[in-house]
Amino acid sequence: MKYIVRKAFYNFEKEEKYLNDMSAKGLAFTDYSWCRYVFEDAPAGKYIYRLELLENPVTHPESMNYIKFMEESGVEVVSYYMRWVYFRKLAADGPFDIYTDLDSKIVHYTRIKSLFSALWLANVVTFFTNLIVGISEYRTNLLFAGLSLVAAVGLYLFVLKPVNEKLRKLRSEKNIRE
Amino acid sequence: MSERTEYGPLTEAVYYILLSLYKPLHGYGIMQNVKEISNGRVTLGAGTMYGALNTLLEKGWIVPEIGDDDSRKKEYRITDLGKENVEYEIKRLEELIKNGKIVARGEQA
Repeated sequence: MKYIVRKAFYNFEKEEKYLNDMSAKGLAFTDYSWCRYVFEDAPAGKYIYRLELLENPVTHPESMNYIKFMEESGVEVVSYYMRWVYFRKLAADGPFDIYTDLDSKIVHYTRIKSLFSALWLANVVTFFTNLIVGISEYRTNLLFAGLSLVAAVGLYLFVLKPVNEKLRKLRSEKNIRE
Repeated sequence: MSERTEYGPLTEAVYYILLSLYKPLHGYGIMQNVKEISNGRVTLGAGTMYGALNTLLEKGWIVPEIGDDDSRKKEYRITDLGKENVEYEIKRLEELIKNGKIVARGEQA
């Protein structure tokens, strides 16, 4: 049977944990589209789920090479959304982690940071543009300015700040070990 | 591409990938081999390994294996340059172990 859950995450690790918690309850995640998760019945804990932000769009040759490589190691692509890919592997095959050393974890978090920094910057630019237009000409633009400001502050507090903190920890760990 | 690079410590992942490729192996084979020879201590993530393999290919430490390709899985093997780096790493590790034993365990040199 199929179950549809509407849900939004701003932290990919929390999203990953949610999918694994659902899997542990016997609900295997099978498809994603914007804020919509599809689950199907499966033996409890059958799959381990991992999310990854790719460097390129999923259809890019480099990404296709990478996905083929993942599939050869027993990993299945469940769904994707823009550059995010949802992977899963049978729990019976043992632990499933995509990045197992500090260097590659730092590369992945840096990629996430760039994505959200660009979004943040776009909102900041929109905020100032609408603010100027709003003050000088059309009052309604002040509303858009307000929305962009909320988005920029939210992105900073809930996404960029935790990602920066994570990167700082990984880098300080990197000073003393691999 | 395969210029002589300066020697430095290898990461654990790279060291074990190189050791795995004295015989041609594909990605998943490397992951299994590394797990086996480290008695389950080292599990290589596919993402970590993919990045390492690409860097090793660029440096000319490993090459794709050309041959009867029924499995369609890409196999790799170590080059002479790669072996040279492994040799250097073994010497470096021996030195580390020797000094560790002398200082931390009070063993004789």
